[in-house]
Amino acid sequence: MINIERLSKKFGHSVVVDDISFSVGSGEVLGFLGPNGAGKSTTMKMIAGFLAPTSGVIQVCGFDVAKQPIEVKKKIGYLPEGGSSYGEMTPLQYLDFIARARGLGGSRKTMRKDEVIDRLHLEKVLGQSIETLSKGFKKRVGLAQAILHDPDVLVLDEPTDGLDPNQKHEVRKFIESIASEKVIVISTHILGEVDAICSRAIIIDEGRIVADDTPEGLRNRSSSNKLDDVFREITQAKLS
Amino acid sequence: MNGVITIFRRELGSYFATPVAYVFIVIFLIMSGALTFYLGHLYERGQADLNPFFQFHPWLYLFLVPAIAMRLWAEERKTGSIELLITLPISVGQAVVGKYLAAWLFIGIALALTFPLWLTVNYLGEPDNGVIFTAYLGSFLMAGGFLSIGACISATTRNQVIAFIITVVICFVFLLAGSPLVLNFFKIWIPQNIVDSLALLSFLTHYSSIARGVIDVRDLVYFVSLIGCWLYANALVVDMKKAD
Repeated sequence: MINIERLSKKFGHSVVVDDISFSVGSGEVLGFLGPNGAGKSTTMKMIAGFLAPTSGVIQVCGFDVAKQPIEVKKKIGYLPEGGSSYGEMTPLQYLDFIARARGLGGSRKTMRKDEVIDRLHLEKVLGQSIETLSKGFKKRVGLAQAILHDPDVLVLDEPTDGLDPNQKHEVRKFIESIASEKVIVISTHILGEVDAICSRAIIIDEGRIVADDTPEGLRNRSSSNKLDDVFREITQAKLS
Repeated sequence: MNGVITIFRRELGSYFATPVAYVFIVIFLIMSGALTFYLGHLYERGQADLNPFFQFHPWLYLFLVPAIAMRLWAEERKTGSIELLITLPISVGQAVVGKYLAAWLFIGIALALTFPLWLTVNYLGEPDNGVIFTAYLGSFLMAGGFLSIGACISATTRNQVIAFIITVVICFVFLLAGSPLVLNFFKIWIPQNIVDSLALLSFLTHYSSIARGVIDVRDLVYFVSLIGCWLYANALVVDMKKAD
């Protein structure tokens, strides 16, 4: 459902994403790993249609991001890295705005809104402006926004960043519960998370894919059988 | 069209969700009133018209419209919400128009709230209400012109203060394009015939004829095409600089 071919992104002279190709199919949960600045967020921003690639092709559900951006954006639910939203709005107003922007109307709109509010436990904060919410609630509002239109493809940039262990657990459970029928790409720094919810992991470093395997397969690459060690070995190989 | 309406509604709502709207409206009403009575001598003139009111609008807008326009895009970029906006299935053009119309209507609301002045002159005498209506229209169009400049400049930076200052300067140049102050500055280094056509771009010239009650198609075309050009530039700038 997501097809990426020879994707590159340059900012000035620095190459942030360097000729990467991969595809993700339905039912897959792809964990995107890598050190800070490796190009994870940049890649996700390009999939979501926020950044234009320098070269290469991205297809989502058969639509080309560069040629049919609106079609692609309809198919994707996207959680930006900062989870940024309009702080002065309440979650209710915000979800209402997103629903309109996504073309949801009438009973379907009410139904979807009720469902995401229920699934992400937002009932208590519906009338409070988003900027006054705790980090955990802000993140959940961001997630609610991303899944509101029940998209086929979810691109979540660090969905559990800044959450406490309980909230992390909840978000993971939530992602697991919807995983079977969707394509999900998540980026994370927490390797345990990859083990818990991803069916596949890609490690990128300095804009290139350095590993593409199941969490199981990755772990087997290290004698200690720990993802942390594999991650360090792969991304620091050139340092030693 | 749906995209435009969605953005328009959100934007207009956000003005009233924060103190921005109330502060702006109150300041606008106080200042326009003060200028009309103290500098314009509405009462002392002994004439039932609103010229003293309308003649100060270009100067009032010079500072107040950039204050409204500066947040349009700079704030989106600063908070990062632009990432959300761009990844919604709404085109940049729709977002530009939606935001612009919301801000324009908002200024329109502030302008409409000056109606007590209109009531006052009607109470005191028998003004030509046709002229007053035309002047309101001209004032609204001019505000739209200022706003389109401000919206475009706002998209070039994440910093609202910079957006404000640059917008004021550009608006000032447009306002006084026909005056020696601006013309002499350009005369030194560009050919005379270009300087002459520059003079035609003056806000003040086009506004003052409408404010006198004369609707000339050329003035309307001027404002509408000016707004169109700046908004087109606005969309280009958003597209180019959204991720910086």
